[in-house]
Amino acid sequence: MTDLQQRPDGVGFGRVIRKEDARFVRGKGNYVDDIVLPGMLFGAVLRSPYAHAKIVSIDTSAAEAHPKVKAVITGALLETLSLAWIPSLSHDVIAVLATDKVRYQGQEVAFVVAEDKYAARDALELIDVEYEVLAPVVDAKRALDPDAAVIRTDIEGKKDNYIFDWGSGDEDATEAVFKKADVIVEQDMLYPRVHPAPMETCGAVADMDPISGKLTIYCTTQAPHAHRTLYALVAGLPEHKLRVFSPDIGGGFGNKVGIYPGYVLAVVGSILTKRPVKWVEDRSENLMSTSFARDYHMHGKIAATKDGKILGLRVDVLADHGAFNNTAQPTKFPAGFFHVFSGSYDLEAAYCAVKGVYTNKAPGGVAYACSFRVTEAVYVVERMVDRLALELDMDPADLRMKNLLRPEQFPYTSPTGWEYDSGEYPRALELAMKMAGYWDLRKEQAEKRARGELMGIGISFFTETVGAGPKKHMDILGLGMADGCEVRVHPTGKAVVRLSVQTQGQGHETTFAQIVSEVTGIPVADVEVVHGDTDNTPFGLGTYGSRSTPVSGAAAAVASKRIVDKARLIAAAMLECSPDDLEWELGRWQVKGDPSAGKTIAEIAFAAHATLELPEGLEGHLDASCVYDPPNLTFPFGAYICVVDVDPGTAKVTVRRFIAVDDCGPRINPMIVEGQVHGGLADGVGMALMESIAFDEDGNCLGGSLMDYLLPTSIECPSWETGETVTPSPHHPLGLKGVGESATVGSPPAVVNAVLDALKPFGVKHADMPLTPAQVWRAMQGRPMRTDMAIQ
Amino acid sequence: MTVNGEAVSGEVEPRLLLVHFLRDNLRLTGTHWGCDTSNCGTCVVWMDGVPVKSCTVLAAMASGRDIRTVEGLEVNGELDPVQKGFIEMHGLQCGFCTPGMMLTARWLLDHNPDPSETEIREAISGQICRCTGYENIVRAIRWAAENSNGNGAAMKEEVGA
Repeated sequence: MTDLQQRPDGVGFGRVIRKEDARFVRGKGNYVDDIVLPGMLFGAVLRSPYAHAKIVSIDTSAAEAHPKVKAVITGALLETLSLAWIPSLSHDVIAVLATDKVRYQGQEVAFVVAEDKYAARDALELIDVEYEVLAPVVDAKRALDPDAAVIRTDIEGKKDNYIFDWGSGDEDATEAVFKKADVIVEQDMLYPRVHPAPMETCGAVADMDPISGKLTIYCTTQAPHAHRTLYALVAGLPEHKLRVFSPDIGGGFGNKVGIYPGYVLAVVGSILTKRPVKWVEDRSENLMSTSFARDYHMHGKIAATKDGKILGLRVDVLADHGAFNNTAQPTKFPAGFFHVFSGSYDLEAAYCAVKGVYTNKAPGGVAYACSFRVTEAVYVVERMVDRLALELDMDPADLRMKNLLRPEQFPYTSPTGWEYDSGEYPRALELAMKMAGYWDLRKEQAEKRARGELMGIGISFFTETVGAGPKKHMDILGLGMADGCEVRVHPTGKAVVRLSVQTQGQGHETTFAQIVSEVTGIPVADVEVVHGDTDNTPFGLGTYGSRSTPVSGAAAAVASKRIVDKARLIAAAMLECSPDDLEWELGRWQVKGDPSAGKTIAEIAFAAHATLELPEGLEGHLDASCVYDPPNLTFPFGAYICVVDVDPGTAKVTVRRFIAVDDCGPRINPMIVEGQVHGGLADGVGMALMESIAFDEDGNCLGGSLMDYLLPTSIECPSWETGETVTPSPHHPLGLKGVGESATVGSPPAVVNAVLDALKPFGVKHADMPLTPAQVWRAMQGRPMRTDMAIQ
Repeated sequence: MTVNGEAVSGEVEPRLLLVHFLRDNLRLTGTHWGCDTSNCGTCVVWMDGVPVKSCTVLAAMASGRDIRTVEGLEVNGELDPVQKGFIEMHGLQCGFCTPGMMLTARWLLDHNPDPSETEIREAISGQICRCTGYENIVRAIRWAAENSNGNGAAMKEEVGA
């Protein structure tokens, strides 16, 4: 089933160029902002200039008098529709438009609908809002101080900025291993607030048909079905009269999972004006108000024997969730899957405690290809292992090799209860070290150090946790995380597959055709993929957390297998033999011992639609569906090695090499998998060296444009060196594991470990991301700075 | 102005950006709007044979100029080698940065038909891609350089005319 060579007949898995590229290279993609409907109006959002302020009054009269303005919407108006507040994804609420006060800079205050987008922006200038500025809560570490301003005065009786405490693992057992350990290392570290910043910002076109009552929402969403159901639940709109259409998406990375106020405002605008309304945010709006990622202040504590056997790990986290708790993750897990923080190692005990707090910053937290905070988990464990190596004066590769889980330990139950499905960890690390020429690099480093040159080598070994997830454990706002798929074979043997998930660049139009092809033998070119349209696809929770292949891909595989099973019965009727006498040769059922007697899937498909008398109880046509509830998550893994040079004069870091060995099980399309890995590695370099959304003491966002929020370009990125091992998942029907987020999760600690390895001669033990020249310079002086605040 | 060889005219507000003129007035939506600050490069088009960021060019400034967009890369039903290279080498994922990347790549190859990896990285360094990590964009442009068959040169004459 999993032959990775491309078949000459264009069937199944292997390197296939993408179906979607034909339109994209011609500039014929169809993104939300490309959609134009007759009579369409344009919306624009007025945003708060302050981080924390009471709204005294809003005067919209001048804006309403603008000749091109059709509607001005305020929080007061939304209150009359019970839409001023909507549920968040984490059992909190978020404001669509501020009514009582603003809680972060960039928060939505009013919405203008006008005949063109320039006029809509002009009218924003005509709205007069009187604010009474309040003290902001900017520093998460002071959010629970007794004198901190209370942000969520909308919650009755709320007297502080506390959200939750949550823990996982065995605290007592962990304390016990710390008592017997020879060596304990502790380290504070921040995973700064970063932003997915897809090249396409968020937007929507809402089109309410006043006659039929049908509302069509074209939207930048990774989860069209979840959006439809949430609109129905929140606004009381009948779900059959709602159609969410997610066209081409210009990158998502978790930024396009949630429902943003702008989408709701476009809907309200369309209902009020009875015309289609388009709203598309600009870059500053995207960076300042939509889902950020991370913002985890972590304290790690690792215990080991003096010869380097790791015994236990404890992490205490202060989680900055911003002004509303709107993280997107399964209900039971307020810290996402952070509790997979024991990583790839054989520990006796582990415990984590996470405390969530409100601050006067934009809400979010789970985004940016993070696999529900596995990114933070991998960062903390991989940094702690390097800190331990430094303390023990052991090579970080040797220390990891000594402690990695061994193949015979799988399926492995982690100290916090995860069941890792499969893994061959040492093999991946060995391959990465071989590709890197690890020991030669260490020699080169020693020579350079002797000359005063700063070269660093950093390792990261990560275990990913994807494919959420089993319904018994996982839901989002009560919706179980199972996904549907429908496969239909047309009479002439061509097929259509309908998906609940939605690509944002991952190439689903190609890879899902390959899955169907792999199982049925129908050529990839003959399988059409339909997705992104709730009226024409089965229900499911969408694409994020690298879940498309493990969940929806499994649904496609099972539905395809059902097609093959049904085809067997029809073939038997055609050949007038028993189904038991047939054997499957890809694309064809044939008589055992007489391969010349057989029927291809196309012949069978035609017969299924024709006049052939089918066996008792068998219906005609050749189609099948599946709703897949995964029995477990999948656990892709990988070994990454980064080589950096640091300029001793300017403290500038150059990533010289990056070696990435990924194991995501069998690869549907190796070209696409490699591309996904490349993209994630660039994310890692960006987060480690450049990206951060910091705030000044007044709560002003210091990362509100691409001039301030620095993303990696072709210059900062090296030529990636990739390798693979293949360890199939035992529970996925095709052994697949998913890969979209692996490299984003795994790469940041490799870069950071490399930079700190380069700085070893300075006695630097840790410095927080992003390791900009300023930060590295300060670290070399022994005074690394906090990177979540304006430069102190 | 001419756009992809066709004369176009229109009365516009002085403040109208070229990117919006192309997208909204001419419905050439292959040119994208990404950042407003000339940082991302999804809006790159050619103006008089030079790549510019159309989010920081006023439509009025393009009056009388020759504009080329992604829709003008394919000539007589034949994809430009750069377009073919992006397909062959998986130089795109979500496709949003792709038009701008390809226009810069075409310009590079017209001026340097055999660029090194470093020269390619320099050429596209003013544009951002969030999906590919740039590696396959570099490979795509190299593919185009190696598979041009004089196609690129022919195109250059047409555009420069």
